[in-house]
Amino acid sequence: MKLDPATIERLKQKIAVYREFLKNWLEPSNLAQLRPKLEFQTGVLAGFALIASVLLGVTNCSTEGTIQRRLDEDLKKSLEEVVPAALYDNDMLQDTLTIPSAEYNIGTDETTVYIAKKSGNVSAVCFKFTAPDGYSGAINMIMGIDRDGNVLGVRVLSHKETPGLGDKIEVAKSDWILKFTGRSLDNLAPAKWAVKKDGGEFDQFAGATITPRKSVQAIYRGLQLFKAHQEQLINP
Amino acid sequence: MFLSETYRKIAADGIWNNNIVFGQNLALCPLLAVTGTATNGLGMGLATLVVIIASNGLISVTRHLIPSEIRIPIFVLLIAALVTLVDILMNAWAHELYKVLGLFIALIVTNCALLGRAEAFASKQPVKHALWDGLMMGLGFLIVLVALGAAREITSSGTLFANASVLLGESFKFLEITVISDYKGFLLMALPPGGFIMTAFLIVGKRLIDQKIAQRKASVTVLTPVIVEEES
Repeated sequence: MKLDPATIERLKQKIAVYREFLKNWLEPSNLAQLRPKLEFQTGVLAGFALIASVLLGVTNCSTEGTIQRRLDEDLKKSLEEVVPAALYDNDMLQDTLTIPSAEYNIGTDETTVYIAKKSGNVSAVCFKFTAPDGYSGAINMIMGIDRDGNVLGVRVLSHKETPGLGDKIEVAKSDWILKFTGRSLDNLAPAKWAVKKDGGEFDQFAGATITPRKSVQAIYRGLQLFKAHQEQLINP
Repeated sequence: MFLSETYRKIAADGIWNNNIVFGQNLALCPLLAVTGTATNGLGMGLATLVVIIASNGLISVTRHLIPSEIRIPIFVLLIAALVTLVDILMNAWAHELYKVLGLFIALIVTNCALLGRAEAFASKQPVKHALWDGLMMGLGFLIVLVALGAAREITSSGTLFANASVLLGESFKFLEITVISDYKGFLLMALPPGGFIMTAFLIVGKRLIDQKIAQRKASVTVLTPVIVEEES
């Protein structure tokens, strides 16, 4: 659409008038007169709320996809840590199965299992689980298990345990969590799935027994969950 | 001096005299929650610094619009919106940093020092002063967080700036120091009571320094007339 010069000129004048009005209105002296008025106060509060919600809404919508991608990348990274790259050639994020896990006390009623496949055959599975009863809150972990039930790797994703004592469950702080690799319900008796203080196989930490004890128990429950659904998971 | 009197006074107030923690005794909730290590203190300090500058600036720009009767809800609204914005944007565009700092950013909303600065300073001062005040108050808070975090970290686990490379990148690996090797650890200092105890020690230290300064000033004023007499 082409505007003729006269219209543009008229529009310019109009904008100048509005600008002048806005400038006068925003003068501190004018605003000082307006401020005690109830309708002005209501309007200002509504205006601020409106601007804030529009800003937040726009930001949220425009970053939603990016954030989701970042979270997927995070998940993929943790999946790669517990399942060796040689074991799969599929996109585990797309190959999932949901199984009920309410009776295993691992944080959720349903667990999403990521399935690793090599040339179409299931080679390993991987899922997130939680020790809901850590020393100071839930300990979130992820575990990879091969198709025969051997642990490929366990990692702690997040926790609130005492810094310097309970946080040795993190792989960055100590190699404690690596001791689970290769273990399975078959090669370690149920009584041995405990910390040494309880007659089990795994070390506790000096000054922190509850954190490793509850982590071992949760890993044990996670393996039981896998065992209960092994057939379904490895023969989809 | 390249800074005028006003700016110097704001800077001195923010960093020392009227420091958020030492002077105003505000922001104790985030202070005690995150200062288990110097690195966490630094992270919280940086996040707070950004938000307090932005909130001070924003409130100062709009100060003539805000009627005093409804200023508190507007301040709260602005600060909450700002913190949420920073939180979302960082999650999307600085995700690695967000994974470390994310926890602290939501905590900034509970930082009454921001509301305090908005009410006591930014809502009455021109934008330039308000921004400067935000920077200085934020810096003062950052220094306290790092000092407290360092003191607690050394006494509780014998290290300093552990895991700084996770927060700041590999090039800051040199910050990670083991101060006391083979240290058995002193758990109390890592727990919240240790935060209270160490804060008390730091506040006592600040008071002692202030006292010394006051004494020195007093002795200087006694001396001055003697010099004047000699000259005349």
